[in-house]
Amino acid sequence: MLRYVLTRALSLGLSLVVASLVIFAMIEVIPGDPASFMLGLNAQPEAVAALRDDLGLNGSLVTRYLDWVGGLMTGDFGISYTYRVPVAELVLERLQVSLPLALYALGLSTLIAIPVGMFAAARQGRTSDYAIMGATQLGIAIPNFWFAMLLVMLFAVQLRWFSAGGFPGWDEGFWLAMKALTLPAVALALPQASILARVMRSSLLDVLHQDYMRTARAKGLSIAQATRHHALRNALIPVLTIIGLQFSFLLAGAIIIENVFFLPGLGRLIFQAITQRDLVVVESVVMLLVFAVILVTFLIDVAYAVVDPRLRRRR
Amino acid sequence: MIRIEDLALSIFGTPILRDVDLTVAAGQVFGLVGESGSGKSMTALALMGLLPRGMTTSGQIWLDDTDLTKLDEDAMCAIRGRRVSMIFQEPMTALNPVKTIGDQVAETLLIHGRASRNDARRIAAEKLTRVGLPQDRFPLDRYPHELSGGQRQRVCIAMAIALHPNLLIADEPTTALDVTTQAQILDLLKELVAEDGMGLLLITHDLAVVAGMADHVAVMRKGEIVEQAETETLFRNMSHPYTRQLLDASGHVPDGQAIPQDTPLLEVRSAVRDYPLPRTHLFGPTPQFRAVDEVSFTLNKGESLGLVGESGCGKSTLSRAILGLEPLQSGEILLNGTPIAPDMPHARRAGLQVVFQDPYGSFNPRWTVERLVAEPFHLLGSRPLDWRDRVRDALAEVGLDPDAMTRYPHEFSGGQRQRIAIARALILRPELIILDEAVSALDVSIRADILDLLAELQSRHGMGYLFISHDLGVVRSITDRVLVMKAGKIVEDGATEAVFAAPQHTYTQTLINAAPVIPPAWKEA
Repeated sequence: MLRYVLTRALSLGLSLVVASLVIFAMIEVIPGDPASFMLGLNAQPEAVAALRDDLGLNGSLVTRYLDWVGGLMTGDFGISYTYRVPVAELVLERLQVSLPLALYALGLSTLIAIPVGMFAAARQGRTSDYAIMGATQLGIAIPNFWFAMLLVMLFAVQLRWFSAGGFPGWDEGFWLAMKALTLPAVALALPQASILARVMRSSLLDVLHQDYMRTARAKGLSIAQATRHHALRNALIPVLTIIGLQFSFLLAGAIIIENVFFLPGLGRLIFQAITQRDLVVVESVVMLLVFAVILVTFLIDVAYAVVDPRLRRRR
Repeated sequence: MIRIEDLALSIFGTPILRDVDLTVAAGQVFGLVGESGSGKSMTALALMGLLPRGMTTSGQIWLDDTDLTKLDEDAMCAIRGRRVSMIFQEPMTALNPVKTIGDQVAETLLIHGRASRNDARRIAAEKLTRVGLPQDRFPLDRYPHELSGGQRQRVCIAMAIALHPNLLIADEPTTALDVTTQAQILDLLKELVAEDGMGLLLITHDLAVVAGMADHVAVMRKGEIVEQAETETLFRNMSHPYTRQLLDASGHVPDGQAIPQDTPLLEVRSAVRDYPLPRTHLFGPTPQFRAVDEVSFTLNKGESLGLVGESGCGKSTLSRAILGLEPLQSGEILLNGTPIAPDMPHARRAGLQVVFQDPYGSFNPRWTVERLVAEPFHLLGSRPLDWRDRVRDALAEVGLDPDAMTRYPHEFSGGQRQRIAIARALILRPELIILDEAVSALDVSIRADILDLLAELQSRHGMGYLFISHDLGVVRSITDRVLVMKAGKIVEDGATEAVFAAPQHTYTQTLINAAPVIPPAWKEA
């Protein structure tokens, strides 16, 4: 088990090195000089020269790469060109919104999807199964920003249970902040839960037809007992994969929902940075997101080994 | 003791079983024999109350004084695993891969509330030891994937007998196992019946297995028991023609075999095939597993050569090398004097075709039969203009109508699909056909037909056969010469009759002794 975790960790490290090289190279191959690119066409040569200095663009490729990576590792992500503040500060501030939002949405989606998927699988081919499958189809098809607006109209405008947008910050109290994240989390969770419920259903159906389920029934387990003791853990293996993918997506892919609810999240930060040609921010945030995705993949790999003994090789 | 009276089953009006009557007494082995689809597994599932949804049942199943057909699901859960247990055909998939064997055996005790958690583990350890998995080598925390097929079947047996059931149902318990493992499992079952006094309902397609095991035998066909009697009486009398037919088919020897020539067709010289194993150290050398170890033999034109051995002995690896699908690490393989290798020209593959075991998995389900059979033409670069006629001829040769051409594989039975596979192998008139367990998945009567077909095709076209099988009986009936393979090496090589009559190597002797046989005296009328 330890050995498995170590090999996975090693591959995590290697992936990070490769990813940092690719991101660094991409910024480098942008035609022309990053400084003049950032300043636009009508920039003064002196301003460009000053920015080049600022950005440390005058060193060799190798020293610049090492400086950048070294900075990342010590938490120094550089200074944002548009905001004139350290990128680390910006990112940290945004993460306080994006990370809880992603976890909230993922938690909701998992809590809804797994029981719903199980229920549909248990009632395979009956009306309730068809109803659930139809509903999830709809959940995937509905654009989530539109669903978000419906939520706002109902819960914020009509019922006045939630505010229509904005984020008060965590200093205003945990529950108040969570409340502000609730509607966005629901809007994000709907399509994810729909996908996850379908995966859970089909994965459980696969498992229910396995020979060992028949063995369990022959031992005297009822259908419910056999499902609980033997099917669930096996059925969760593919579900874990999807959960991992969804988390990575939710962390940075929530930009539309962030816009609908005026949330200062990572998605908006990177979007603004791109439109303002703030390459320092783009470079660092992309690297950070890559790190998050690779880390989640690693955690999912470890979770696989916890669930599936065939992956823990006995020494 | 369990008694089935007038059991009938139907699904949506289609009858599955009719008038089934049988009694399994305590301490008795009852053999239920029949071909696939005869209803023997359905009888077992009816006993367990585990029939698929939509079945209508009539008749009674008496377990002592209780009629099981009258019990509700909760009551049946209390019976299953405690009074009536069952083991299945496929031990590789019968266990939950994410639970330890100890937990799975203990579960039988826990689910019926017969032991505390600690006691259940202790009893599980006892039961596993009893079925031949001692704790020092197979501790409770082993997972199924760490065990072989035979060992997994032992775990299933331990689970099934943990609560001393009155009846154990074994549905083809050894069909998926090697012949020596089969003998061990059958011995174990026999011993458990003798010691525990439970009844055993042994379901199998193999008459020889019941001959050596059962006290009483029933023969099933199309949902009905056509004949049942005490074992020796049944074999001696064979009062129903179908029983006679089954017996004849199982020992069928096709006639009119071709006479092999003296010119070599396939020459395998010191073939070595290594597989890399997972590394033990990240930067250490990759360990190698030698699957085929210095194998040499010659197959002459028009000859039928058998290759027998148990699973994992390297026979399939060798066949892939002969097909030129995988490279050799050393040695060479020659077909008509030209070397066979993965990078050989396509046209050379035309002389070499194969028929595999699984008539379901070896076809693309979305292709029509004519496209499937015509596929080898791509080895020649393009399809000849008369390709349809040639497909029609090939199908006719294997006994299929031309109207099969536009149909899809799922419209055919297992035996018919194997005929399609043979037509596909035949279409380029190869000089060598590799038959890799080609009749192992078929019922005995269909197997006899296919063996006849193969013999007939060989006498007509004179091609060579490399007949790979774990089934000694089949190899004996169709091959001229046989190779016995063990752990990557050929341990014995000789004329088939001579090897079977007087095996020289101890391994060959073990194999032949382990194969169940019907006592010859019983076959004399």
